[in-house]
Amino acid sequence: MNLILIILAGIFVNNYVLAQFLGICPFLGVSKKVETATGMGVAVIFVMSLAAAVASLVYDLILVPLGIEYLYNIAFILVIASLVQFVEMFLKKAAPALYQALGVFLPLITTNCAVLGVAVLNMQTGYNFIESVISGFGGAAGFALAIILFAGIRERTEFNDTPKAFDGFPLALITAGLMSIAFLGFSGLIQL
Amino acid sequence: MNPIKILKNGIIDENPTFVQAIGMCPTLGVTSSAINGIGMGLATTAVLIFANLFVSLLRKVIPDKVRIPCFIVVIATFVTIIEFLLKAYSPSLNASLGLYIPLIVVNCLILARAEAFASKNGPVAAVVDGVGMGLGFTLGLGILGLVREFIGSGTLFDITVLPEMFPRTLLFVMAPGAFFTLGILMAGFNYMKNKKKA
Repeated sequence: MNLILIILAGIFVNNYVLAQFLGICPFLGVSKKVETATGMGVAVIFVMSLAAAVASLVYDLILVPLGIEYLYNIAFILVIASLVQFVEMFLKKAAPALYQALGVFLPLITTNCAVLGVAVLNMQTGYNFIESVISGFGGAAGFALAIILFAGIRERTEFNDTPKAFDGFPLALITAGLMSIAFLGFSGLIQL
Repeated sequence: MNPIKILKNGIIDENPTFVQAIGMCPTLGVTSSAINGIGMGLATTAVLIFANLFVSLLRKVIPDKVRIPCFIVVIATFVTIIEFLLKAYSPSLNASLGLYIPLIVVNCLILARAEAFASKNGPVAAVVDGVGMGLGFTLGLGILGLVREFIGSGTLFDITVLPEMFPRTLLFVMAPGAFFTLGILMAGFNYMKNKKKA
């Protein structure tokens, strides 16, 4: 039951993009077309679940026994960067079709702060291994939902006649603001 | 390049917030008040200066192929130091910035400056660039924080300036307000830029 709540909270209530401002760069950067946004969303779901799992293991099995919890930040970022490299090489060899679809998005994910954010948040909340993976998956699913919806809206506003000063980023930010208001409706739905 | 040019480049011409639009997560996440925005800006500036300095000093030692991981380790080290300093000397600021302090590591601004400037220039120029970019970032966050705090809670730096009779628009200190404020400020910048060109 608790696990279902963690997933729902990640997708709707504490949506990483629209409520916590994590992963804004890819959210604004690769959301011009629904197709690429979907690719990015799927890649993030994949990497973030894995990263949450590995970071949780590294913290519990290496950092805590050695008493060097304070190095968590350096450890997590190295783990995530090498994990992304590894996933990229593995997909290239084992699943070329999937690599074709997700390949270009993978390097970008290292600098997606939602991935590091989920690792740090899981550690701060004190989630165990399973809860960490679930929370990583839920958070990433929330990211995917937000970026796909956002791309759908941007495709429609692209050719609208807007004031010149609002072209590009400003209009995208205001669109995101309106979406964020919609997601505010979910707040208070779940108390974690 | 002379130092004044580098400084101006960071603060105005290539302002990280309004012109380059990088480092968006902390920009939107912590600017619910001016103090938080400026605190975050200064913490980032400190990391940026030291990261730039060390990347520049090590630029001939670091092999080209593994430079990005090396940069990240340098940056993460200074972020950890800043986190400890804030915890010790300013626990309240540390609490309100929370998660965003460890996340300075993935602020693309710092990695971008290490890659684009510090790894190609001497230590003095790199430090000056760190100061300029950092101040530009602080300026952006400060302005955003001031506007949101004023509209959202009617205060500036925690001092009430808006009389009680005006209603507060709470929305502006919440998540959507961050997007709106930055969008409108950026549109303003664009408008001025277009006017200058014409």
